[in-house]
Amino acid sequence: MKVTLNGEWTQIPDNIIFVSDVLKHYKIHDKVVVVEVNGGILSKLEHQSTRLADKDRIEIVHFVGGG
Amino acid sequence: MNNRYSRQELFSPIGKDGQQQISNKHVLIIGVGALGSASAEALVRAGIGKLTIVDRDYVEWSNIQRQQLFTEEHAKNRIPKAIAAKNRLIAINSSVNIEAIIADASALELEDWAKEADLVMDATDNFETRMIINDVSQKVGVPWIYGACVGSYGISYTIIPGKTPCLSCLLETVPLGGLTCDTAGIISPAVNMVVSFQISEALKILVGDMDSLRNKLVSFDLWKNQYSAIQVDKLKKKDCPSCGPQRSYPYLSFENQTKTAVLCGRDSVQIRPSVPMVRDLEALEKILAKQTGAVQRNPYLLSYSENAHRLVIFKDGRALVHGTKDISEAKALYHKYLG
Ligand SMILES: [Zn+2]
Repeated sequence: MKVTLNGEWTQIPDNIIFVSDVLKHYKIHDKVVVVEVNGGILSKLEHQSTRLADKDRIEIVHFVGGG
Repeated sequence: MNNRYSRQELFSPIGKDGQQQISNKHVLIIGVGALGSASAEALVRAGIGKLTIVDRDYVEWSNIQRQQLFTEEHAKNRIPKAIAAKNRLIAINSSVNIEAIIADASALELEDWAKEADLVMDATDNFETRMIINDVSQKVGVPWIYGACVGSYGISYTIIPGKTPCLSCLLETVPLGGLTCDTAGIISPAVNMVVSFQISEALKILVGDMDSLRNKLVSFDLWKNQYSAIQVDKLKKKDCPSCGPQRSYPYLSFENQTKTAVLCGRDSVQIRPSVPMVRDLEALEKILAKQTGAVQRNPYLLSYSENAHRLVIFKDGRALVHGTKDISEAKALYHKYLG
């Protein structure tokens, strides 16, 4: 499916169903993240239960510590 | 009187009044590495009244690529970053009162410094110190601006006590053991982008224009051409131990701080992480193999030698830093490679 990911129109693989799959796909599943889908913030538990659909707007911010 | 601030005064949201306010304010910057150098220079050029800079490290060659206040001379002589920065900052603006402190920012000291300041700028390289800054900010009632970067990625958020969620609200767990600038690299535009976000917010706070604050968690990747800004007000937690009504400031208590101990007669410092963790030694070996030092691993521990120091990291997250009795130096090395 195609989604808007952090402002970019992006093709993501068809085996991606849940938000947690996107995090795995981009290898940020073990990081602390804040995810917003279509304007709504998700809790960590909701990452596993929130299904994605074509044309969803996804914002993912992950925390880093460098400086 | 010269007209050094004329262009900033012409910018109407600041104006002459704003400039006057800026010149009466005191900002505390924790860390004078890449973010801290850029932040300090921007605030000093903008005419801040007083600036306190705190850092525990000294200048190395690998810093100069992005840490804009430092020169070859500083690296050759291993000048403490706080001192090297202060000298350069005075040359840029002699009217600013600059206080340089060479120290590891502990909870007690941080609270004393923050009480004196109007704003705290985060320029640290680890979450341990950030969680202490976060608690101190809530306790003292002073705003702070989180900023961090790795590779081409950066992130920032402005925390206003009593208004926004705090860092503890946003993080469900403290991210220990992540990538650092010393393991994943860093490019200078990512540093400057984070600092641009931080300083814009700082100027708004310093002139009292709170309505103009961004009020969003912002992140970007300059190499992947991505930008994201999320409204995170909903993440403010009623039961937050740092900013909620039943607050206990957990990161100011001794138990939740990284424990260090100088090992008698061994010229070594032991460092134990603030929360229990399991360190993936195999993954760490791959990361450290890209560094200049030598890595050795057995099933129980990993050893990394560089110059006169040897870091020994155990599976339970504990580390021994050999070749020093100086806790600050040991912690600096620990955070540099282990996050
Ligand atoms: Zn909080």
